[in-house]
Amino acid sequence: MGENKKLVLIADDDIDYLFQMRMHVESFGFEVITAETQKEAEVLIQNSNPDLAIFDLMMEKDDSGFVLCYKMKRKHPNVPIILATAVASETGISFGVDSDTDKQWIKADLYLEKGIRKDQLHKEINKLLKI
Amino acid sequence: MENLNVMVVDDEPGIRSGVSRILRNFTVSYPFMDADIGFNLIEVGTGEEAIEKIKTEKIEIVLLDNKLPGIHGTEVLEYININNPDILVMMITSYASLELAVKATNNGAYDFIPKPFTPQELKSALENVSKHLFLRGMTTKMNKEGKEVRYQFLSVLSHELKAPLNAIEGYLRIMQEKQAGEEIASYDQMIDRSLHRIKGMRNLIMDLLDLTKINLEKKTDKFQNVDIGEIAQLAIESINPYAIQKDVKITLINDKNITLNADPSDLEIVFNNLISNAVKYNVDGGKVKVTLKSENKNIKIVVEDSGIGLSKEETDDLFKEFFRVKNEQTKHITGSGLGLSIVKRVVDLYNGDVKIESKVGVGSTFVVTLPI
Repeated sequence: MGENKKLVLIADDDIDYLFQMRMHVESFGFEVITAETQKEAEVLIQNSNPDLAIFDLMMEKDDSGFVLCYKMKRKHPNVPIILATAVASETGISFGVDSDTDKQWIKADLYLEKGIRKDQLHKEINKLLKI
Repeated sequence: MENLNVMVVDDEPGIRSGVSRILRNFTVSYPFMDADIGFNLIEVGTGEEAIEKIKTEKIEIVLLDNKLPGIHGTEVLEYININNPDILVMMITSYASLELAVKATNNGAYDFIPKPFTPQELKSALENVSKHLFLRGMTTKMNKEGKEVRYQFLSVLSHELKAPLNAIEGYLRIMQEKQAGEEIASYDQMIDRSLHRIKGMRNLIMDLLDLTKINLEKKTDKFQNVDIGEIAQLAIESINPYAIQKDVKITLINDKNITLNADPSDLEIVFNNLISNAVKYNVDGGKVKVTLKSENKNIKIVVEDSGIGLSKEETDDLFKEFFRVKNEQTKHITGSGLGLSIVKRVVDLYNGDVKIESKVGVGSTFVVTLPI
């Protein structure tokens, strides 16, 4: 009804995680489009105009998420991206996008460990969308 | 606290003392690191002095200006590359010579700091470099102890176990908060999916148990003359219920009695994994043919399927732990990604080998050769 809902693109090869993210993000009042593979996501990046993107790091390839971030920023430079992953901090090699050097090669705006609570997710999304 | 020795090579005394002042009370901390890292500063004004210092003192990091009165910074870099490649070099360059800095990083400098830099920029550059040094130290330590492989294995394993846990936890939270309403039926699909993921985890754990069994070397006390055909038949029978559901027909071709001196449970692992894969990655109404042959001094086990097949790229990684082929056809098939790596380990244990031939859309053939 003329209502302009924000569009969120979510890519994750874990169909359960994807289902849950869709459910949460829709409950925040956003419209959602999803991709189960890096390839599908690349098509959506080219053919849609999302207001926010949430990418899983490891899909077909270990670095799918990074590649998607890069392609997303090239096509939609001003759209914020959340990079989500279960890659464990217990490996001792954790990374974030807070330092300038990380920003040089990780083209995401926020890095999230999977398993984040719904209300926290809502807060982070609103922050990125400046709502 | 652990201290790293940092040498500043710059002909401008102001820069040298500035850097020293900034880094004197600066420390870097890192999760999993026992102690913080601090910095000891050494200041020199020329490239010649820098090389002298490198010869006599233990230096971990060099902050190197290129424009020096005598030899250039790039020459110092060259010396370090040849004689002390363990030293990490950060080039200090003005923005005007960024091109040179990039060239220097291609020639072995770890990074560069454009001049003029703020204290914060210098600190974050040093933070990076020291984390790199720390990780490098960890890696060498683990390599020495032969732990690298195990470490990688554990980190991937934790990912494989965490993914289903996250999924199940997510569904439970949705149910706890009754996000889909009061009707229990609204949650049927989520309950099904949770059970499915639990089954996947259970399979992974079973595979891990198989893997640990194999790791305990060949136990010859369990060796006996095993009728290979019998083991193959047992494996087929246990997989058949699943094959019937997928309408896949399994046939066994075994013209003579072939025996091998082996631990029967090892051979069960090989047959179970190969045949269940052949069914799992097959098309509905497909076929699986298991052929047993003895040739010369070898036994050949051939498992042929009419399944989805694999590309060249995919076959290359097939026997790696946790490798799974991910595409449109496989995305709803669960697996631990361990089955074939387990097969490979068992076959290696018997000094045999396993090969695969495959064509996308036509099928795959696995050939296991075991010496008698």
